[in-house]
Amino acid sequence: MPTRETSDVIVIGAGVVGAACAHYAALAGLSVTVVDRGYVAGGTTGAGEGNLLVSDKEPGPELQLALLSTAMWTELADRLPPAVEYEAKGGLVVASGGTGLDALREFAARQEKAGVVAHEVSGDRLHDLEPHLAPGLTGGFHYPQDAQVMPAHAAARLLHAAGDRVRLAPGEEVIGLLTGAGGAVRGVRTATRELHAPYVVNAAGTWGGAVAELAGVQLPVLPRRGFVLVTEPLPRVVRHKVYAADYVADVASGSAALQTSAVVEGTPAGPVLIGASRERVGFDRTLSTEVLRRLAAGATALFPVLGAVRAIRTYPGFRPYLPDHLPAIGPDPRVPGLLHACGHEGAGIGLAPVTGQIVAACMTGGEPPLDLHPFRPERFDATAS
Amino acid sequence: MTASPSEPNNEAGAAAAPGPDTDRHSGAPYDLAVVGAGSAGLAGAVTASELGLAVALLDSSPQSGGQYYRHPAPALGAVRPEALHHDWSAFTGLRRRLAESGVDHLAGHHVWSVAKEADGTWTVHALTGPDGCDGAPVRIRARALLLATGAHERQLPFPGWTLPGVVGAGGAQAMLKSGLVLPGRRVVVAGSGPLLLAVAASLSSAGARVPAVVEAAGYLRYARSPRALLANPHKAVEALVHGAALARHRVPVRLRRAVTEVHGTDRVEAVTVSRLDRDWRPVPGTGRRIACDAVAVGHGLVPQIELATGVGCATRALPDGTLGLALDGLQESSVPGLWAAGETGGVGGAELARTEGELAGRAVAARLLGRPGGAGPVAGLRRRRDRMRAFADVMSAAHAPGPGWSGWLTDDTDVCRCEEVPAGRVREAVAELGARDARTVKLLTRAGMGWCQGRMCGTAVACLAAGGATPEPSPERRPLAVPVPLSTLAALDGATDRSVDSST
Repeated sequence: MPTRETSDVIVIGAGVVGAACAHYAALAGLSVTVVDRGYVAGGTTGAGEGNLLVSDKEPGPELQLALLSTAMWTELADRLPPAVEYEAKGGLVVASGGTGLDALREFAARQEKAGVVAHEVSGDRLHDLEPHLAPGLTGGFHYPQDAQVMPAHAAARLLHAAGDRVRLAPGEEVIGLLTGAGGAVRGVRTATRELHAPYVVNAAGTWGGAVAELAGVQLPVLPRRGFVLVTEPLPRVVRHKVYAADYVADVASGSAALQTSAVVEGTPAGPVLIGASRERVGFDRTLSTEVLRRLAAGATALFPVLGAVRAIRTYPGFRPYLPDHLPAIGPDPRVPGLLHACGHEGAGIGLAPVTGQIVAACMTGGEPPLDLHPFRPERFDATAS
Repeated sequence: MTASPSEPNNEAGAAAAPGPDTDRHSGAPYDLAVVGAGSAGLAGAVTASELGLAVALLDSSPQSGGQYYRHPAPALGAVRPEALHHDWSAFTGLRRRLAESGVDHLAGHHVWSVAKEADGTWTVHALTGPDGCDGAPVRIRARALLLATGAHERQLPFPGWTLPGVVGAGGAQAMLKSGLVLPGRRVVVAGSGPLLLAVAASLSSAGARVPAVVEAAGYLRYARSPRALLANPHKAVEALVHGAALARHRVPVRLRRAVTEVHGTDRVEAVTVSRLDRDWRPVPGTGRRIACDAVAVGHGLVPQIELATGVGCATRALPDGTLGLALDGLQESSVPGLWAAGETGGVGGAELARTEGELAGRAVAARLLGRPGGAGPVAGLRRRRDRMRAFADVMSAAHAPGPGWSGWLTDDTDVCRCEEVPAGRVREAVAELGARDARTVKLLTRAGMGWCQGRMCGTAVACLAAGGATPEPSPERRPLAVPVPLSTLAALDGATDRSVDSST
């Protein structure tokens, strides 16, 4: 006979978003079981760079989320152990031509109205911020609010810091949702047992669509593959998160074709991380040498000094992507008791705290910090208005 | 690589169609690219070439022979390189056939990735130069691929193993074979596996004193499989040869024991050898100190299969807890067009590697030429292969690390040397942070993220992550088989294409 266990909330997914949901639910006094078919940070979280960015976001609901979450991260950085490697390093977006810089200027002006701090940096001052940057760049913008964390530790430490109210059930795959009268959620079924709770949070990231399907509802989360290229450990060569102006356009695009833009940053452990590529190829993990070529070319164009540096590994990750590039956050009106917290695309690490706070508020009758309408999970239903 | 996938690639399409006996126009792909010029790769390459295929043979080393037939560079002027080898004539035979064949031997080529193109041909990406850092990237195209990339040594950490003077057993053998250099004057040989006897015999023949061979396993497990032993009498002869050499040099072999600590400040001065229980847990109070100035240690070999797993080849769990490639009766992997031979399918030694290489060479030729090549020889090769594989499995089981070995690890023993991650940090990630497998431990501790990409610490980390249970072997993902300079990656579209005609 399968054993039974009961808690106030079951969170499906032990990535950073699931960890944050568990963390804030526990802080609000709820008992939480986090179930994952793998272990901590085994999906997209473990394949990410740990970006906490406002610089790449258009004014709008996602930027609102990011600004709230960025502030929460500074508070978490004091509360969580140093292993999360929180670094308020700032972002630097550079342009190599006059029109590129004009576009950046216009973009930054609109962001500033929404609460983003951005400072223009002239071409001759770029090297004060990044001494190894290639010569001849026209200028750029410095975003002091951009930061970075070590993503696997961010997830693990959010779970650990929540104390005894959070129970971890790693290595268990959810194979069904339990429902009761009126279709309300009662818990989940795994291969070995039933777990009971009046609330189930879908924080399954790129696999969130499959979890929604178990509940009989549609949520079109798709994987958008990206490769990260990792160099041998170096002394600090790159100080900020540095990227070329075309990155913003790639992030906002929905194209299935391969897009790459150079994103370069150092880490406290020494290796330089190089992104970012985007392509919709399903869950294919096969190495693409064309992606590596473009990433390396972009990075060495920004930082010629990296040419002689060796890449020691590379890995793909799968961003959980929804058609309008906004996450699904909050209760699902189609299934009482089911909440969603997935589809954050490449911004999950940054947006995790505010997502956790919203989900906890929804379950405890609290007031969410912003209007949830743009993130409503049922917005892709043909029948929903 | 510049054509979009939707466009028909005329050149490649035309090149893939004709058989090997039609005219090879410039830029035509090789019929077969063989990665690795050890016993398996050499046998595969010369066999396929003699059957009429256009073959490229790539190896990172400047000369053929692989690890087993490693020998001094000609400049060292060694008079009798064969003194450290038995079976040397098997190698010289292959080497002579290689010289007489039309095989393009691409020495000094470090293969960092292989890819299957949309038209079914293979691209092999290589770096050139002694350390892979000179020259432009090279691409080799071929219609079939044979991976004979061998194995690397398995290490289990112990307190003091990072002291200078502690070397890999295989590494000590390689130093001796290639440079005729000894790691020390009094060398304790320790770990597990048949290599230890060979290493101890070589070291003592070359003049070192070997105060003990310390073998963690018993040899009783071999006796549980008498049939595999009887079918492989040459293996018993091999053991007798080593045993006789050890007896001649009065080298004691101590079974069911392990080096549980190394002593010394700047380098090795002594080791503590402790008795192990049946699970390899050190028995308290049994430690005995042996003075030495070097330790050669190894726990068997791990198939080097990342090029294959990178393109999705299926693996099989081997009795010693490592993973080898899953291969069919004719050495083909689960990915059509990719064959493998030798240690990549499970560690079994040079003779098995040679047999599998020849079998693979024949199978590739039969496939590409569209005619079954020599049913008689193939059947014979398959029988020999199966017989030797059975013995390899017995050997693998006999030397599988027991679950108790981590009992000799202190919390401050570095498990991952590249990133300096001590055992205590790994244990914390498991006990407190929810890690249960090697990958999560790696994410949370950086163990395995450094220069060697987990080749050194992979086994230890997996065992610690499983917390005493048998770790589930999982293929380690190493899409870059060797480090690649960013400038090389950035210049990939200008890579030199090596093809059948360009090499002459």
